[in-house]
Amino acid sequence: MSKTIVVIPAYNEGVVIARVIENVRCVVPDFDILVVNDGSKDNTAREAAAAGAIVVSHSFNMGYGVTIQTAYKFAYAKGYDFLVQIDGDGQHDPAFIPELMRPVVAGDTDFVVGSRFLGVESYRPSFSRRLGILFFRKLVSSLIGRTISDPTSGYQAFNRDVMRFFTTDVFPCDYPDADMLITLNLAGFRIREIPVRMFANAAGKTMHSGFKPLYYMFKMCLSIVVTLLRNRQLYRR
Amino acid sequence: MPIKQQIFALVVSLLVFVFTIEMVRKKRLREEYSVLWLATSFTMFVLVIKYDWLVALTHIVGAELPTSTLFFGSIIFLILLAVQFSIKISKLSDQLKDLVQDNALMRHEFERLKKGSEQ
Repeated sequence: MSKTIVVIPAYNEGVVIARVIENVRCVVPDFDILVVNDGSKDNTAREAAAAGAIVVSHSFNMGYGVTIQTAYKFAYAKGYDFLVQIDGDGQHDPAFIPELMRPVVAGDTDFVVGSRFLGVESYRPSFSRRLGILFFRKLVSSLIGRTISDPTSGYQAFNRDVMRFFTTDVFPCDYPDADMLITLNLAGFRIREIPVRMFANAAGKTMHSGFKPLYYMFKMCLSIVVTLLRNRQLYRR
Repeated sequence: MPIKQQIFALVVSLLVFVFTIEMVRKKRLREEYSVLWLATSFTMFVLVIKYDWLVALTHIVGAELPTSTLFFGSIIFLILLAVQFSIKISKLSDQLKDLVQDNALMRHEFERLKKGSEQ
């Protein structure tokens, strides 16, 4: 029987993390749940452990990309076949985990990204965020040759091949968003989008917050350009 | 080049050279970081002693005064130094990332084994 793990990167999410874990468990009671605590200053690790999750803690805050890569390394080392990634702030509705998993488990695709723009009613991001998403949607879609409506979504599911690929230095730890999709495409992985529901962040604070939008745009564009310039041998699976 | 300027340039380049060697000797500076400092101070020393070389170099780079060439050279040196540090910091950041991840995973494994042996 295949093993699946739900990974939740978390930074100072002590208030909501237990509820997120509980919600995930209600939907997929048989899946293991891993919380990677990115050096939180609050009781995130304690709350997550009390809620029954496996907890791996960074000694200090390393950022979102490093945190999810720690989760991939854990999952790969422990022999999991599939991985679902969901944010620790409760923005992603766990009810869609089975939908997200279905094509990956069936072997129809390697990587599934949950999109908030494909029909299922979700919260409406701010104007500046929508503008940024639209920009990267156009850019990523034209580069990989198919429409990706939500290239900044962190709600994902993938198989062991992608897991192994992401444990290497190829993984863009700075901002693993649009350039990650391009990297996957260059490596020949099959990508698919599935509609999911996302809620507005009640606490108003996530690991994504605080990014200076302009710096983020510049950094992401630079990252995409260098990804395309790199030797394709680097992306061999 | 006025003699006063020449003496000043020679003293500065000698001081930088000796100070760098001393730092390496005391293991307060690694050899890999001393190369640029030593090379620059040595080049500066040679160009001040061999003034006609400096004049020739000034003509090559299209500068008006030999002192401008020295100034330009020192700016290039600082840029190279900054680039060297940026490369090193990037490498250290990658190594730190790997260490933090390994530490987190091993600490989890250790806690799990400890719990198992206590039960």
